[in-house]
Order: sequence, then C-alpha cells, then structure tokens
Amino acid sequence: MSAVPRRPRARRRRPPSVARTLTYIVLVLTLFVSAFPIYWTFVVASSTNDVIANVPPPLVPGGHLIENVRAVFDNDAANFTKALVNSAIVAGTVSVAVLVFSSLAGFAFAKMRFRGSNVLLLLVVASMSIPVQLGVIPLYILMGKLGWNGDLKAVIVPFLVSAFGVFFMRQAIMESVPDELLEAGRIDGCGLLRLWAKVVVPAVRPAAAVLGLFTFMMTWNDFLWPLVTLTPENPTVQVSLSTLASGYYQDYSLVLAGTAIATVPLLVLFFVAGRQLIAGIMEGAVKG
Amino acid sequence: MDRRAGGGRAAWRKFSRGAAPYLLIAPFFVLFAIFGIYPLLYTLWVSLHDWDLIATGPHAYVGLANYRELLSDEDFRNALVNTVGIFLLATIPQILIALGLAGLLNTQIRGRGFFRMGVLLPNVTSIAAVTIVFSQLFGREYGLVNWVLSGLGIDPVNWQAHRWTSWFAIATMVDWRWTGYNTLILLAAMQAIPRELYEAAKMDGAGGFRAFRSVTIPLLRHTLLFVVVVATIGGLQLFAEPLLFDTSPASANGGAGREFQTVALYLYQTAFRRFDFGYAAAISWLLFLLVIAVAAFNALLVRRLSARAGR
Repeated sequence: MSAVPRRPRARRRRPPSVARTLTYIVLVLTLFVSAFPIYWTFVVASSTNDVIANVPPPLVPGGHLIENVRAVFDNDAANFTKALVNSAIVAGTVSVAVLVFSSLAGFAFAKMRFRGSNVLLLLVVASMSIPVQLGVIPLYILMGKLGWNGDLKAVIVPFLVSAFGVFFMRQAIMESVPDELLEAGRIDGCGLLRLWAKVVVPAVRPAAAVLGLFTFMMTWNDFLWPLVTLTPENPTVQVSLSTLASGYYQDYSLVLAGTAIATVPLLVLFFVAGRQLIAGIMEGAVKG
Repeated sequence: MDRRAGGGRAAWRKFSRGAAPYLLIAPFFVLFAIFGIYPLLYTLWVSLHDWDLIATGPHAYVGLANYRELLSDEDFRNALVNTVGIFLLATIPQILIALGLAGLLNTQIRGRGFFRMGVLLPNVTSIAAVTIVFSQLFGREYGLVNWVLSGLGIDPVNWQAHRWTSWFAIATMVDWRWTGYNTLILLAAMQAIPRELYEAAKMDGAGGFRAFRSVTIPLLRHTLLFVVVVATIGGLQLFAEPLLFDTSPASANGGAGREFQTVALYLYQTAFRRFDFGYAAAISWLLFLLVIAVAAFNALLVRRLSARAGR
C-alpha cells in the first residue's frame, strides 16, 4: 500500500507507553462507534418487533433473522427482490460504462496534445462541483418527454459518464502508460482502439479497479434521483428501503432487515477490496 | 533504434493532432451535454415560468417573479437556516475529530491496516440505510439513545420535535458516515510531511502535541481546505437524512413544524409534492449560486493562506 520504506530508527522512537495506551483506547473506541450501528442493524433485524420495545433493549442478535428477511421479500409494497436485481443491473452497467468512457477520454487528455484540450479539461473539472439537485427538475421533464420516467434507463443513461472518472483516469494514464509504448504501437500500425485495449487498459488496471469500486458503491447508494424518477413498483434498493421505512405501521425489525440486506453486498465488497479502496482514497488525496 | 524512436514520436504527434483525441472524448462530452449542460440551462428557463407539472396548456412567462417570491418566502428562509445550522453542527466536530484520529493513526501503532479499515467502514453504507438505523437509535420510545440517557437520569428526548435535537441527530448521522473518510485524506497528507521537520521540532524541545500543532497543522492547510470544500458541497445538499428522519417521510416536510427541512428537501417538496416546477427551479438556482459562492470563498481563502505561507 504505502511504499515508504520504514526507517529502522522509527522503532526506537516509540511514543511513551501512557500515550501509546491512550492511543489504542481511543482507536478501539472509534472502531466500536464505527461498527456499532451496523451491528445494531443485525440485532434488530434478527429480533421480533416486541423484543425491541423491551427495557433494556436487546443487545445481542435474536433468532428471527430468516423470518424477518422472508417478510421483507414477501412485502408487496417494497418489491425487494426486483429492487436487488435492478440495483445490480444499474450499478453494474454504470460502473462498466464509466470505466470504458473515462479511460477513453482520460487517454486523450493524458497523452495527446490537441486544440482545445486545456479548455475541455477545465470544463470536466468544473463540472464536478455542479450539485445533483440542479439537474433533477429538467431531467424529470426530459425523461417525461422520452417516456423514460419509471424505467431503469432513466437512472442508467445520464450516469454512463463521470467527470470525476475522466479526471481520475487521466491521472492514472499519465503515470502508468509510457509514451514509448504508444509510439512503438503506432509504428507497428496499431489503430486507436487497439492501442487503448492493448496498451492503456492493461497498464491502468489497478486504478480502474478502484474507480469501478467507487462507482459501483456510489450508484448502489444513490438516492435522490432514483426516488424522483422510479416508482415503488420498479425500484432500486434504496427506493425500496424508503418505501419500507415510510410505512404507516413502523415495524422496525422488518425495516432494519431490509437495511441489512441492502448493506450486505457493500460490506462484502468492502472486506474483499477495502485495502485497495483505502489506497485509492489516500493516493488521490496526496495528488489532489 | 534512434531513428525508430524519433520516427515513433513524430508519428505519435501527428496522430494525436488528428481526429483521434476527439473521437476518444466524444462519448463523454455528448452525454455530458445532454444530461449535464442542458439541464443546467433548462432549469434557468423553467425558473422564469409559472410551470405547474399538472396544469395543461402553455407555461406563462413570469420573469423573475419566482425569485422575488423566494426572497420573502418564510419557509425558504427557514430551510436556509436549517441547512447552514446542520452543516456547521456537523462539519466542525467532524473535521476536528478527523484531524485527531489522523494524528493517532499516524503514530507507530500495530494493526494500522485494521484501524484504517475500521474508520472507513461507515462510509460504505448508504445514506438511506444510515438514516433508517439512526432514526431507530434516536427513536422516542424504544430508541437506544434515550435508554442510555434514562440510565444517566435524563428524561427521554423527542428528537424530531425540536430544532436543536433534530439538528444534533442529523449531524450525528452525517459525521458517523463521513469522519472516517476525511480521516484517511488527512492521514495521507500527514504522511507526506517530511520526517526531518519533526526531528527538527524535537530538537527544539517540542513534545508530541506541540509538534502536531506547530508542524502538522500548518502543513495540512491545503488538505484541510479541500476537506472543508468537499464537506461544504455535500453539506449544502443534505436531502436523504432530513427526508427519512421525519416520522412521516411522505410529506417531505422535515418535521411537523419544518424543524429540519433543508433547502434540498424544500426543493423536492415544492417540485414533487406541490408540482410547482417553476418555483422549484428557482430554488435550484439559488442553491447552486450558494454552493458557488461558498466554494469561491473557500478558494479565495486557500489563495490567501498559501500566499502567506510562501512568504
């Protein structure tokens, strides 16, 4: 992750033991605060609604998880099965498209000097700070004209490209694709797409993995626009969650079982690829 | 070999002056124009009309009437106060805690990777999920927070019913989700500080905390401002938390008396509960100008501070 060689002297320069102990105490407390709400989600999700009303409240998981999960999938209003499939389709499609289009545009911005490249790159960077809310109303009107409101196309097509992605891939390609390889490839008669596929893509695979992960998580978690354009009959997971949570009768064990199901895929991704994610965030921070 | 390399460079240069780069960036800019730029301008157009989604017939042009109405709109002013209040209540502790945690993670400890994973964990959960879980924790009757408070001899609090308590609850959700992310960004910046500076400070007799204050913090200025800008852009757009924290989310009212209705939530209510698109579009633009103004203010601050540091 961090390639900084650890200096032998660092070991002798340990902070005194009281400070060290305090450090560990604070960090462990932080871990507790980080993890507790997620743990609590599973406690409530595996209890009955009556048990939650007990004083003191339950602090360990109960035995009703499967029952509650089944109740979530059986809930007519929430359409949870469809929501999971929809979210997988939407987040998967958007992630792949963002990777392809960002690496194409990033390739041009990183390695080619063309008329207008500076202005266009500036436009990319500037567009990153436009608030989503600004687009919601006209997007809704536009989708209405196209007949896409309520359809998954409405939450996929506008997000096939990402300004952040272009900027991110530009940095990655500048760093990890040597000019010589591109020049040699050109002499050997490689066309544009062949150069992209054979030279650029293999070299930026690690950065692409981080971008793909980020995009997948962001799309999976997106809330406002899907809530506006989709219906409870054809929702994404987050829309379905809000349907569950907005019920007249608050059945916490049901709602939090839904929340747990919606979070599990991301937790799995996090435990598999969290280290790369952290490296990506930290490298981006130093460069930015 | 030399000629081949030289020839390659010339060939590449010729290639990259042609149509190739435009073909590569075309997909991005075509989609960006349709779904990025066009909505931006179209919102402006809509905001100048009396644009009711349900009413049929042409939308009447009303000039700046929507904006004029907004400036004297009590609910809008209320939403503005709530947004800024929650933003400050969330951002200030968040950055201070992130700074402290990054400082701790930057010392020689065992299990660095483990602790880093731990602080980032909340960030993978969705905002909707976070809000649902915390609304339960802050529940009036069976909430864990009130149970702990009652153990301390404090009466249960109806968190949604008051301005300050609802702001506090929402700020807690925001901080729980974002503090770890900012911690990692600040930690990365701390690791980029040369060790020699700390050794020099140590030779001058500075202890750990003193060195943190007089070496680390000043050198983190840029990163800190970056973190502040990002938190600002996010904080001014708070939407899911106030929507779902409400006991009746369908109203999009942000509390029975609009105690925690943010600008973004007011926008949503105006557009998709009252179907007054013209007025909502005007809110969008004022929100946009607010974000730009705050971002510009921050940029100015960066320039000021870096100019001073350069001296």
